[in-house]
Amino acid sequence: MTDYIQNNSVTSFKVVRSTPASRIGSIIGLILLIILVSFPNWGDRATIRLFVEIFYILALAQMWNLLAGFGGLVSVGQQAFIGLGGYTLFILTINFGIGAIWAIPLSGLICALISLPIAFLVFRLRGHYFAIGTWVVAEVFLLGFAQIQSLGGGSGKSLPIAIVKSISDSRAGREAAIYWTALFVVVATIAIVYFLLRSRHGLALTAIRDSEEASNSLGVDNFKAKLLVYIFAAFGTATIGALIFLTKLRISPSAAFDINWTTTVIFIVVIGGIGTIEGPILGTIIYFLLREPLSDFGTWYLILLGATAVIVMLKAPQGIWGIITNRFDLRLFPVQRRLKLKTDK
Amino acid sequence: MSVLEIKNMTAFYDDFQALFGIDLSIEKGETVAAIGANGAGKSTFLRSITGLVQNNADKFIYKGIDLIGKAAFDIVDLGIAMVPEGRKLFPSLSVEENLLIGAFGQRPGNWTLDRVYQMFPKLKQRKDIAGTALSGGEQQMVAIGRALMSNPDMLLCDELSLGLAPIIIKDIYGALPGIKAEGVSLLIVEQDINQALEIADRVYCFQEGKISLTGKPEDLTKEQIAAAYFGR
Amino acid sequence: MIEWANTIIQGILTGGLYAMFATGLAIIFGVMRLVNITHGDLIVLAAFIAMVVIETTGFNPFLSLIIVLPIMFIIGYFLQRGILNYTLGDDLLPPLLVTFGLSIVIQNVLLEVFSADSQRLKAGAIETSSIQLTDGLSIGIFPLITLLTAVTMIILLQQLFNRTRLGRAFRATSDDPTTAQLMGINHKHIFGLAMGLALGLVAIAGVLMAVRSNFDPSIGPAKLLYAFEAVIIGGLGSLWGTLIGGIILGVAQNIGAKIDPGWQILAGHIAFLIILVFRPNGLFPRTRDD
Repeated sequence: MTDYIQNNSVTSFKVVRSTPASRIGSIIGLILLIILVSFPNWGDRATIRLFVEIFYILALAQMWNLLAGFGGLVSVGQQAFIGLGGYTLFILTINFGIGAIWAIPLSGLICALISLPIAFLVFRLRGHYFAIGTWVVAEVFLLGFAQIQSLGGGSGKSLPIAIVKSISDSRAGREAAIYWTALFVVVATIAIVYFLLRSRHGLALTAIRDSEEASNSLGVDNFKAKLLVYIFAAFGTATIGALIFLTKLRISPSAAFDINWTTTVIFIVVIGGIGTIEGPILGTIIYFLLREPLSDFGTWYLILLGATAVIVMLKAPQGIWGIITNRFDLRLFPVQRRLKLKTDK
Repeated sequence: MSVLEIKNMTAFYDDFQALFGIDLSIEKGETVAAIGANGAGKSTFLRSITGLVQNNADKFIYKGIDLIGKAAFDIVDLGIAMVPEGRKLFPSLSVEENLLIGAFGQRPGNWTLDRVYQMFPKLKQRKDIAGTALSGGEQQMVAIGRALMSNPDMLLCDELSLGLAPIIIKDIYGALPGIKAEGVSLLIVEQDINQALEIADRVYCFQEGKISLTGKPEDLTKEQIAAAYFGR
Repeated sequence: MIEWANTIIQGILTGGLYAMFATGLAIIFGVMRLVNITHGDLIVLAAFIAMVVIETTGFNPFLSLIIVLPIMFIIGYFLQRGILNYTLGDDLLPPLLVTFGLSIVIQNVLLEVFSADSQRLKAGAIETSSIQLTDGLSIGIFPLITLLTAVTMIILLQQLFNRTRLGRAFRATSDDPTTAQLMGINHKHIFGLAMGLALGLVAIAGVLMAVRSNFDPSIGPAKLLYAFEAVIIGGLGSLWGTLIGGIILGVAQNIGAKIDPGWQILAGHIAFLIILVFRPNGLFPRTRDD
């Protein structure tokens, strides 16, 4: 590294974050976005529904990646916030008469508040133990909500037809509304993560991930930054959870607080590439491409995913996106600042 | 015949090259000191010999055995023991257990717990407390005793005097002639040049990963050593 | 009154099983600094292996251990040397995500091979026999054996760790794997042996669990959480702490179940969280070293 600089006398350098690929990427992204926004006007119903699922899984993956890949907080219990978000939406719409769409972000905010005392608990556990601690918390919610009879106990509750109708009278209108909401949520999620990581907080986060000790000595307020990430991820995850159960129209503790939410998301992020924004996108595409043909082989599909995640973690911990960037120096969402050297040789 | 013979040894930490072609040999029962400034590569060299740092060489022969690519835990069993920089006692082990773990390889020889306690009587009184609860000097004694428990033919000592009071350093270095008398070859890395010159049969001066000077202490002038040390 | 005494006694006995779950996890963390998310699924795997052994040999569950235990030891050794050793280092992500992935793989392989059916190992009369203490207060023989097994294992492990050459090597390697190599210790082999030992304990735990209650491929994660909670309540300091942690968990669950069957597991988790609030380092925190 030092040799490189010495051997090629550097005349000037600038710190850049945009790359040619990212500029082309933003043009393609814009075109893609126009296609996606107009999709309910010409797409078929089954595909619209599939897209909604892809959007919320991708949004969940971005949130988990922010938490684990950038914040170093490996949580196995994010299903706690998915379920809480879903139940909050049900309570807000049924008991407080709040409009279903507005209840989505409101659920996120309420769950962000709930995440504070949870953070107080799980932040007492370090590193590995944090992971299992978050899982215990999610189990407590699962078992606890099963005891609340007004929410249907263990068998759950359906969203009353009046509330469903309040979104739109027609089924197509409802599905389009939910589609656009889901699209908005996933785009907003990616945009927020992108700008968060480009901000000063983002630099602090990268420092935390790279070395806890070093960032402490650099004077980065480690605990505060982590807490912020945790609360933000709780807000995002709960918002997505509210959206998920608005599309499903029915909620039960075992569906809401299912560990499989987190399992899926972890596999997507690990296989796609942890610690990048592109990784979860790629991982989500791979997940859905494989799922469609393999869904008949339920068990084998999970064995394959699990084994792939293990192998990726051992052999290419940067994931498939990491392999691509190493080979082609390609970055669509450049969040790292890179030093560009101009040399006269 | 040399016990240890090294020709053109190189070592890397990832992309960073730390050693650039070291030649060195040690006779049986000889005491050799490696001196040099901080970062000159002395410690890397010791750690390379023990196998803790990946290295390569044209020749790296110990008692007729090729050591290139051998794992650290196998090299110990061949009779090369090390007193690491900073003592590195095991915190969960008592003083006596720290000594016993040195004999893990069960290599035959003369060193026993009793002989180590004879050499450092202070340790016997404190044998049941945690090794890391001892003073720096006492910890250094445990580290030396622990290395001896493996019955080595060659003992590598990394910065024995670091962070110790002069009177303690005298105690520690006072133990070395007794070890030498057993026929053990000693290779000592030391920043304190006077201490090194006093005990060594020969010295090697390291500078930026290379050897800048070698010879017997009595043949070297202060100016030569200063030049080799600071690179002027 | 006698009813509550009975609840607590049953809870203590249940705690013996949880302590058996936890000792293996505690050893894995103690030596390798690794939190093994697969732990619960390995307990279930041991139970299924025992089931196959019993079906083929006709042994009773206790005797089956002479085959199950070595098998689990070997699985542990090669799991560590073939996979887990490569995840160790400063980064927390690889060990967590690799053991998490393995957990899903093991669960689904078990599901594919043995189906989702609930199974149970039959140990004969010993399962139901009990000692009558007073009216309304009795101690089941089998739960008592489980608790005594846990106590015996902890005593044996302490002897192993404190008095033997191998035990010293475990502790030294745990402290500082690099310096341990300078003692002639092959740290990778030692880690393999530690995982083998832990899975030996898992084998015993799996068989005891499978005689006592139904099991199927999906219950691993629940067992992991119990083991984890017992270890954290105990405070990572000592194996006796882990036993106390298991007992606290067992008692809390039994009290919860007495109030309302739906509260059994929830009460255990809540007891764990309460202890986390008031004693974040557990009841018997590690005092020596880091």
